Amino acid sequence: MSLPGQYSGARGEGAPSAAPAVRLVRRGIGHGLRTVGMLPVLIVLCIGFELLTDRFGTWQNLSIVMQQASINVVLAAGMTFVILTSGIDLSVGSMLAASAMVALIASKVPGWGMIGIPAGLATGLGFGAINGGLIAGFRLPPFIVTLGMLTAVRGFARLLGNDQTVINSSLPFAFIGNGTLLGIPLLVIISAAVVVISWFILRRTVLGIHVYSVGGNPGGARLAGIRVWAVLLFVYSFSGLCAGLGGVMSAGRLYAANGIQLGQSYELDAIAAVILGGTSFVGGIGSIWGTLVGALIIAVMSNGLILTGVPDIWQYIVKGLVIIGAVTLDHFRQSGEART
Amino acid sequence: MRRISKSFSGVRALNNAQLTAGAGEIHAVMGENGAGKSTLIKILAGAYTADPDGEIRIDGALVAIDTPATALASGIAVIYQELSLSPNLTVAENIYLGREMRRGILADRASMQARCRGILTSLGATFGPRTLVSSLSVAERQLVEIARAIHANARILVMDEPTAALSAHESERLFDLMLRLRERGLAIIYVSHRMAEVTRLADRVTVLRDGAFVGTIPRTDLTPERLVRMMVGRDLAGFYKKATKPGPAGVQPPFFEVRGMGDGRRVHDCSFALRNGEILGIAGLVGSGRTEMARLIFGADPATRGHIVLDGSTVKIDSPRRAIDAGIVYLTEDRKGLGLFLDMSVRDNINTMVLAEDARMGGVVDFARTNARARQAIESLSIRVRNGSAPVNGLSGGNQQKVLLSRLLQPKPRVIILDEPTRGVDIGAKSEIYKIMDGLARGGTGIIFISSELPEVIGIADRVLVMRGGRIVGELGGMTGQPITQEAIMELATAEDEGLEA
Repeated sequence: MSLPGQYSGARGEGAPSAAPAVRLVRRGIGHGLRTVGMLPVLIVLCIGFELLTDRFGTWQNLSIVMQQASINVVLAAGMTFVILTSGIDLSVGSMLAASAMVALIASKVPGWGMIGIPAGLATGLGFGAINGGLIAGFRLPPFIVTLGMLTAVRGFARLLGNDQTVINSSLPFAFIGNGTLLGIPLLVIISAAVVVISWFILRRTVLGIHVYSVGGNPGGARLAGIRVWAVLLFVYSFSGLCAGLGGVMSAGRLYAANGIQLGQSYELDAIAAVILGGTSFVGGIGSIWGTLVGALIIAVMSNGLILTGVPDIWQYIVKGLVIIGAVTLDHFRQSGEART
Repeated sequence: MRRISKSFSGVRALNNAQLTAGAGEIHAVMGENGAGKSTLIKILAGAYTADPDGEIRIDGALVAIDTPATALASGIAVIYQELSLSPNLTVAENIYLGREMRRGILADRASMQARCRGILTSLGATFGPRTLVSSLSVAERQLVEIARAIHANARILVMDEPTAALSAHESERLFDLMLRLRERGLAIIYVSHRMAEVTRLADRVTVLRDGAFVGTIPRTDLTPERLVRMMVGRDLAGFYKKATKPGPAGVQPPFFEVRGMGDGRRVHDCSFALRNGEILGIAGLVGSGRTEMARLIFGADPATRGHIVLDGSTVKIDSPRRAIDAGIVYLTEDRKGLGLFLDMSVRDNINTMVLAEDARMGGVVDFARTNARARQAIESLSIRVRNGSAPVNGLSGGNQQKVLLSRLLQPKPRVIILDEPTRGVDIGAKSEIYKIMDGLARGGTGIIFISSELPEVIGIADRVLVMRGGRIVGELGGMTGQPITQEAIMELATAEDEGLEA
């Protein structure tokens, strides 16, 4: 069945004798895109910012970049599972806010402050399970369900604090947001752990292979005896759990949470990271490593654009254009490979 | 049309077909499933472009039809089985779709509706131009399609099995209309499976077989016997091995039974039994409910009635997972759409059904075992692939089919339902698939074999059930004493329903 190379003729490139070479190069590019993803882009960005600012490459700054990336990495890891099944989770920012609120409120229980951590995680998991239940149980479109939850959970987060900022200056789990282990911020270690766990689930477990199967061919997955509903319930629950973890991390970092502002439009950064990382919106194609690179690209851009003194407004424009560029790449890779 | 050929990636679907129709003629096209009727029509409609060399002439002038638009401009209108109307629009809007009348930048609805009303009345329609298409019956929608064709001044009207979805009464009205259109001087090219309709309506009949032109016969020479002979009369290729026959089948009692299976829509009251090592063929025309019945048995669609008995006890099957656990597997006819995971490796595709039970520690994939299964399957089914980690979308159709087949064999099923297992595979892979089936049957597996290719059904099956209109209408071979022949199958498959229709 057709390989990416069969394309070359259609575009009328080169003499017939050159075709195999063109084919090889094409395949090379296609293959490379899939495995290393946007890594070259990340490296070029880093080198560019270092040349422009020479403050970018300092250990201190890189540490800041990774801390800034950490919460988005966690959200994007959950989002990767969802998008691999050709779904979407728009509610992660709201779930993060609600989880942070719950974590902070629970942290004020005298003597039991650490309960804030499981409480925050459970909040995210619970909302994620509601998403998954509606999508898998009633076969509702993920976009609509999670769009509704985006609004509803945001309202819930505001309700929790009576629309006030909740502060706990003696937060028992503040070490999560501010502590270090062997000189590495704990936030970074947590996000790295989430990436490794995600990789393990996706590539080493039956569940992970089923995630790819459902994304690649939902009808075929069902006929092959895969419980598609269970896979969908899992991915949305996992995304919720990641949002809950993000909420705990955020609470631990800030000692405070605010139902209105916290996590606003985080879902967009998470989706952007996943798509930049080469995971296809169509489902079934993508990797957690790509997502990690995608999230780092976003963090490096934010940081680097600030360091180079690009005005705030222009940062938005540049970031948006980079995301569109990445989706364009995704489209071309699709049309190059999906011709079977 | 002359010398019309069409190849799909090396496979010739249509070879030197020809067709001549005159004004005021109803010209029927007949042939088995896969004979090339649809391909011929799609070429006429501009949906496919014929291979070079072929020519289409209208009034003696060569016309180039390469898009649906040029077909329409040449006066050819096609009415497909799946009607192509927009249900959310009104009748008038559909008729004028793409050719809306305007007044400046505004659509001129009043004029459009007035003109439509005229055409609709002349066709005997009972609905008006402002009716929403979604509220019309299939027969009425067909009328709208015909109105659209007439409105576009079509001179050649092509109809692909127009009566397939109509009741007897609706069909009668359509025939009246066709006869009136013929009087108006239209040439009607009419594809049908139904013998009675063709012998009644057609002025001439062209028969296709295996993508080739068999002949055109005028009305005066038309007999059902002659048509059937023309449609099926081919050499039986010698490669159907039926080593199992005459085996123990028929002696031992059946272990698997389907009783009264139906979904209330496309499958009605289907019952049959299967013995160990038996290959049970299921024949019937496309749309006769074969795939639908298979999906009910496999739990892929919900059955409203009927049940399955395995080893004497009733088993509840309401999902494919349950079916697989009970030892029943199903090979889909839609290999790419509902079968393989094209982005994944051969190994992953083979292991799909057994991943969970092979796994360690409650869900960690045991790669040693998946690799071993893949290696073993590649070897025993001689799948031509470098190794198990190669992506499945790089394989040929035949090898892809073998990958899918080996997935089904991993859980060691007792009943295998094969839906068109040789569709889209080359002749070599076909014969290998037959051998695999034969080996399975000898090992005691019960095989239900759905196929539209009569020679392979006859060559392989121990017994054949024929379906029509969602029912099992006949049984051949086995203990019935009736020989399995192409003529007998076609007669059962195309017979008219005598008053069965409500």
